[in-house]
Amino acid sequence: MRHRYIPMTETDQAEMMKTIGISSIDELFADIPEKVRFKGEYNIKKAKSETSLVKELSKLAAKNADARTYASFLGAGVYDHYKPIIVDHVISRSEFYTAYTPYQPEISQGELQAIFEFQTMICELTGMDLANSSMYDGGTALAEAGTLSAGHTRRKKLLVSETVHPESRDVVLSYAAGQAIEVVTIPQKDGVTDIAKLEELMDEDTAAVLVQYPNFFGQIEDIKKISEIAHDNGGLFVVSSNPLALGVLTPPGKLGADITVGDAQPFGIPEAFGGPHCGYFAVTKKLMRKVPGRLVGETTDDEGRRGYVLTLQAREQHIRRDKATSNICSNQALNALAASVAMTALGKVGTQEIAYQNIVKTRYAKEAFEKAGFDVKFGSAHFNEIVVDCKKPVKEVNDQLFAKGIIGGYDLSLTYPELANHALIAVTEQRTKEEIDALVQEMEALHA
Amino acid sequence: MHKDNQPLIFELTREGRIGYSLPDLDVPDLELSSLLPDGFIREEAAELPEVSELDIMRHYTALSNRNHGIDSGFYPLGSCTMKYNPKINESVARYPGFANIHPLQDESTVQGAMEVMYDLQEHLVEITGMDEVTLQPAAGAHGEWTALMMIRAFHEANGDFNRTKVLVPDSAHGTNPASATVAGFDTVTVKSGENGLVDLEDLKKQVGPDTAALMLTNPNTLGLFEEEILEMAAIVHEAGGKLYYDGANLNAVMSKARPGDMGFDAVHLNLHKTFTGPHGGGGPGSGPVGVKKDLVPFLPKPVLVKEEDTYTFEYDRPQSIGRVKPFYGNFGIYLRAYTYIRSMGPDGLKAVTENAVLNANYMMRRLEPYFDLPYNRHCKHEFVLSGRRQKKLGVRTLDMAKRLLDFGYHPPTIYFPLNVEEGMMIEPTETESKETLDAFCDALIQIAKEAEENPEIVQNAPHTTVVNRLDETKAARQPVLRYTK
Repeated sequence: MRHRYIPMTETDQAEMMKTIGISSIDELFADIPEKVRFKGEYNIKKAKSETSLVKELSKLAAKNADARTYASFLGAGVYDHYKPIIVDHVISRSEFYTAYTPYQPEISQGELQAIFEFQTMICELTGMDLANSSMYDGGTALAEAGTLSAGHTRRKKLLVSETVHPESRDVVLSYAAGQAIEVVTIPQKDGVTDIAKLEELMDEDTAAVLVQYPNFFGQIEDIKKISEIAHDNGGLFVVSSNPLALGVLTPPGKLGADITVGDAQPFGIPEAFGGPHCGYFAVTKKLMRKVPGRLVGETTDDEGRRGYVLTLQAREQHIRRDKATSNICSNQALNALAASVAMTALGKVGTQEIAYQNIVKTRYAKEAFEKAGFDVKFGSAHFNEIVVDCKKPVKEVNDQLFAKGIIGGYDLSLTYPELANHALIAVTEQRTKEEIDALVQEMEALHA
Repeated sequence: MHKDNQPLIFELTREGRIGYSLPDLDVPDLELSSLLPDGFIREEAAELPEVSELDIMRHYTALSNRNHGIDSGFYPLGSCTMKYNPKINESVARYPGFANIHPLQDESTVQGAMEVMYDLQEHLVEITGMDEVTLQPAAGAHGEWTALMMIRAFHEANGDFNRTKVLVPDSAHGTNPASATVAGFDTVTVKSGENGLVDLEDLKKQVGPDTAALMLTNPNTLGLFEEEILEMAAIVHEAGGKLYYDGANLNAVMSKARPGDMGFDAVHLNLHKTFTGPHGGGGPGSGPVGVKKDLVPFLPKPVLVKEEDTYTFEYDRPQSIGRVKPFYGNFGIYLRAYTYIRSMGPDGLKAVTENAVLNANYMMRRLEPYFDLPYNRHCKHEFVLSGRRQKKLGVRTLDMAKRLLDFGYHPPTIYFPLNVEEGMMIEPTETESKETLDAFCDALIQIAKEAEENPEIVQNAPHTTVVNRLDETKAARQPVLRYTK
């Protein structure tokens, strides 16, 4: 057969077989025992030409309702933000996207330097001492922060706030199960971690307290206070943080976090039905040698030229095998590059402005809902998200909104049964005043 | 390329320059202090770059010019399957109906995406010979851990809490023992025999009532097919353990042997290897896991199901190990893999393996006279040479790898697997032409000659890269992990 991805001609193959000393390619597979040998071809769909595959897949894509056609108010951990167009141009440079992990630094200086810059930007935003090259996503980064804490403190209990993203909490549970770590949920009160309950639950077996800032409901947790409680008992303090919010929020590193993790998706990375996104993992200096995954460090060559290498590899699976700090190997390098480009484009001024726009627009939406007679639950400060009482099942409301070209908020009853009829509505800088007004009007009309 | 430094983006900063275009604020402007609680407003701005859009593009273009990808040149990095990354994949992943959809949208609004997922699962079931597949794991190591957690849940569901050990051959990828640890198991190493294959006698010795699973790569990291796979499966199964397939080397056996038919109970695939991911400079990857029937109840949730013509995520899975990742895995990556599989078809995938194996054997025979070949038999998609002969001349495998950089090649994987002295693991893949393979072999043969006649040129390589060999000891002893002004 001939295929555009396979260059060997029959003449090539004949010459090569001669060199090998075989008369048919089948001989190369003679060591596969007859009993397990697969005969014939896979029973899968026949190959399609480029043109017909493009047609088929375009049609499938068009079956989905996307955030460019609809005004989307879905957030809950994944956001429709400004994606500087330059991001895609940079990550489409195939010297980046067709490279492997930079094992040969002399021909990987581009990737290594880009990661070093990413590490620096994450440190700047989080206020932490150092950051790694990326994790799969915010959820697994949080889970690894939990297992790191248990290993570091030699304690076997994690306290996780109920205001942490429910799917991230699920992932923490799955990882903890592997290492016999107990996970206890700190209940929420008025949309934030219940401090009194936290104090009750805190004990000397607690390896770490895990919270989210801003939390799942868009509330600003008092992480200064929570940090003190965590540390009073000798535990670590882990904060999961939306890095875009840190454009204006006091960084966790300044408020006592030992580990700050999160997802850099808000910086230039498409929603892509939930992945790939880009976890980040940042720590204080004392935890440097416990960090999972790749770290890039600066060094020099024999002529004093500055260069970058993968470093502190004695933590990693390919060196330490079963003693490694984590099993992570491939991470999300290309998405870390995308986030770096977006953070660079926004820069020192733009990151403040975009964070501010998200806050002030969320405030506008909150007030618009309240003026229309809706109850907006929890606190006065909101980032991206507000909790709105829809007064009827959210699924029903969202079906009606969809008919009007709007993707409604997240149905909180799915994960917080006590919040039946409540939607988590996300507003980013991408939503115009007009769209917000339309959302409120349409929801109001449902009650008329 | 001339030797130089590329300034860090932070060093290009000039106060007052911007590189963004945010929407105009169309709601009333308010004081930040009226919007956020006291003490939670940042006092010092994050020191991010201040550069123009052209500055950004020039900077990253300069960085890309300091990087080698498959599109730059041959990349025979063993065990990594650095094949061509088709461009149609990149286009498809950027369709707005795939790139700009939210994972929590109502299922009725994302049926197209769910259809792709379902159809991909069906294709992977057939390719692996397993009964069901989950697409949730984000990478190979994540898939390993996911499968081990399922195996653990299976044993525990049978009331069997004493299976604390996972057997791993000494030639295994480092992620295998690391994943076993993360899943809470102790690792037991199984020796390889003189022929490079798992030593059955040692396996029999190590296996027992405490065995949870054996993790195996087939062909193994030497590129050799474990011919006694059925015997090994029988040994492990008789002891009550499960057999796990590390799919990193699947490119070697597509349409020739399926893990499910070899007796494996669980398998992970590296869609960023065999199925043209791409690698992205270290991810994102995608590591789906396939399992046989008795492990199905333990699959991570949600599980994608099809009822008539509608796709749904099923959450009511009482025996599930839970969620291993937010949402449904790295959709954007497995979408590329799906596009690739559909571009190849059954005859295409068969040709992939046949050409990948032919290429490896051809290179092995061309290079055999000049290097030690510890395991002299037909290989599969990769083979391992030893640099023992050159080491005696004072030239190490590392030196030869660095010298290859001067010829414009990415070197093979070196010093792995651990059971080969001065190892050099070469995997050409099927997408390279005979001319490329020949030119690379010629370069390596020239380097072998240089090792005899002019060792300094090899020992001091590379000579043509933007930096010389970097001081890794210094990097580790005085770690500088971020830029400071």
